Amino acid sequence: MTSKTYCWALIDAMREEMERDPNVFLIGEDVGPAGGAFGGSRGLLKAFGPLRVRDTPISEEVIVGLGVGAAMTGKRPIVEVMFIDFFGICLDQIANQAAKMHYLYNGSFKMPLVIRTMVAAEMGIGPHHSQSLEAWVGHVPGLKVVMPSTPRDAKGLMKSAIRDNNPVIFIEHLGLHRMKEEIPDGKEILIPIGKADVKRIGRDLTVVATGLMVGKALLAAEQLALESIEIEVIDPRTISPLDIDTILTSVRKTHRALVVSSAHKPFGFGSEVSAELMEHAFFHLDAPVGRLTPPFTPQPFGKGFEKFLHPDADRIAAKVREMLR
Amino acid sequence: MASIKKPTSEKVLKSTLTAGLSAQEGLDLYTRMLEIRECEAQLNSVFAKNLFPGYIHSYLGQEACAVGVCSVLRTDDYIVSTHRGRGHYLAKGMALVPMMCEMFGKANGICGGRGGEMHAADPALGILGGNGIVGGGIPYATGAAYSAVLDGIDRVCVVFFGEGASNQGSFHEALNLASAWSLPLVFVCENNLYAEMTPFKDSVRVVDVSARAHGYGIPGVIADGTDVLAVKEAATAAVDRARAGQGPTLLELKTYRYGGHFQGDPCNYRTREEEQEWQSRDAIFRLRRQILAQGLQKEATLEDLELRMAATVAEAIQVALDSPDPEPSSALLNVYAD
Repeated sequence: MTSKTYCWALIDAMREEMERDPNVFLIGEDVGPAGGAFGGSRGLLKAFGPLRVRDTPISEEVIVGLGVGAAMTGKRPIVEVMFIDFFGICLDQIANQAAKMHYLYNGSFKMPLVIRTMVAAEMGIGPHHSQSLEAWVGHVPGLKVVMPSTPRDAKGLMKSAIRDNNPVIFIEHLGLHRMKEEIPDGKEILIPIGKADVKRIGRDLTVVATGLMVGKALLAAEQLALESIEIEVIDPRTISPLDIDTILTSVRKTHRALVVSSAHKPFGFGSEVSAELMEHAFFHLDAPVGRLTPPFTPQPFGKGFEKFLHPDADRIAAKVREMLR
Repeated sequence: MASIKKPTSEKVLKSTLTAGLSAQEGLDLYTRMLEIRECEAQLNSVFAKNLFPGYIHSYLGQEACAVGVCSVLRTDDYIVSTHRGRGHYLAKGMALVPMMCEMFGKANGICGGRGGEMHAADPALGILGGNGIVGGGIPYATGAAYSAVLDGIDRVCVVFFGEGASNQGSFHEALNLASAWSLPLVFVCENNLYAEMTPFKDSVRVVDVSARAHGYGIPGVIADGTDVLAVKEAATAAVDRARAGQGPTLLELKTYRYGGHFQGDPCNYRTREEEQEWQSRDAIFRLRRQILAQGLQKEATLEDLELRMAATVAEAIQVALDSPDPEPSSALLNVYAD
């Protein structure tokens, strides 16, 4: 066993898959000699050379586009769009081209494309680098969307994403990059896409949390345990296709559900989970499904704004207590 | 030709390669252009009779562009097309009947009726699809070209687009990256003067799209898009350059869309005189005249070909009209690949 950071777990995943399959390659801004804007591709250029690990111009539409065309013609590209906020300038290639290529041409093309990107909510980088926009892509059929919250999940999901024959939006959280976890050496780790993980078993209420919120929910669970409140914490890990069955099983046991997310409430991930629970677990619920998210504002920069806006362990615990009252 | 009347006033323009034109080459180019012409003309008639499901983006008038360019490509080379793609599909060798059935959205269309009028693809022929987004194909053409680089194969990709798409960011991003990386990619701009219904000259400060190549450090070449031999000559140079690993070329073909942006567009943004002027240079009649003037084929041979082509296309359209619609519930299939 070796202790690995989330960031190095991702690098290991890419290295292992690039060793395994010569069709895998990585492009993006600063992925080459710089080793990634946040160190997410260190060592790969040296290991695989300048054709398979390549810096691009700052041109997100063609970065994603290059991946689409390469995937159509037999490659398994990983393309990096540094922040998910930048999807605004490449969404055509993601939502109209990559997502529909297999469907539109009736299976003539596969689209084994990984779009590696990052949410950096609460990292002090202002309104254009802090949004949690997974709903933009979760809304589009043909895309898969994953959002790991631990190093092991990051590694296993990255490896699965690279092997998947569909476009996978791989959303990291910058705030997790230094998180450490023991990961066994020399053992293949593949986390299936579309499979949620119960991060803590409980009986009183189910918290469904994503990304950075998973850790906060687990901290809240420890606080609450001191009060003999046992919450179950579920990390869906995959946003689309959502493993609603694992969530339903939990809610049928706990009869209460709270969704905690860095994304906004309207039309967001929490709304989706809540609607699924209404459709499939209504008669099991003892309380309305709760959603805890930042308020519906852009992310301002100044000190104090993030703490004010985003859910934390205390607020999650308070919300749980309120729902159990 | 069965469906298209000879222009009333026909301009006599010199072609660049008349001297070197062989009988077979002339016949091949003529046959390909004729196939597209018949398709476009007959589809317009079908549309006028209200028998076409949806809109038609006609390629009528631009035949020499697709045929001249694709005549220098290998089967394993890639093309990326547009919303006005039938000319490209046929020129690259797509079978007529499955293509036509696709245009009508039928079950036996080449994409099972999912693509319709703006989309068709055939991976075996390197045809990587059309597009409903103006400029949407240009970014992913870079990826097909990069696949060839990664594989170390001297395969090239040609991306077709109109002058309207040259005002999309996607065009500039792709042109820059392809230049910087010396990709085996040929950018073919069919400048038919109108971006949908807006004159190109009202949207830009430059006269020629090709002028934009210089800002990216690559050749920008203009060819007469109404002269299939001129197109072929320019495409040969651009494709050879790409195949040799010397990078992309921006090839601008000056051409004209005989119809509107789509059939039914009243074309109230241009004059009938301008339309006649361009039709007087018609690429197909020009090649026909050259073939006859040089004695490469007998007129009776061409007339026979024209009649047979008209019949073949009419038959393909009839097959499409008679073919079954897709099973509606099949809409649920193939959202994701295994």
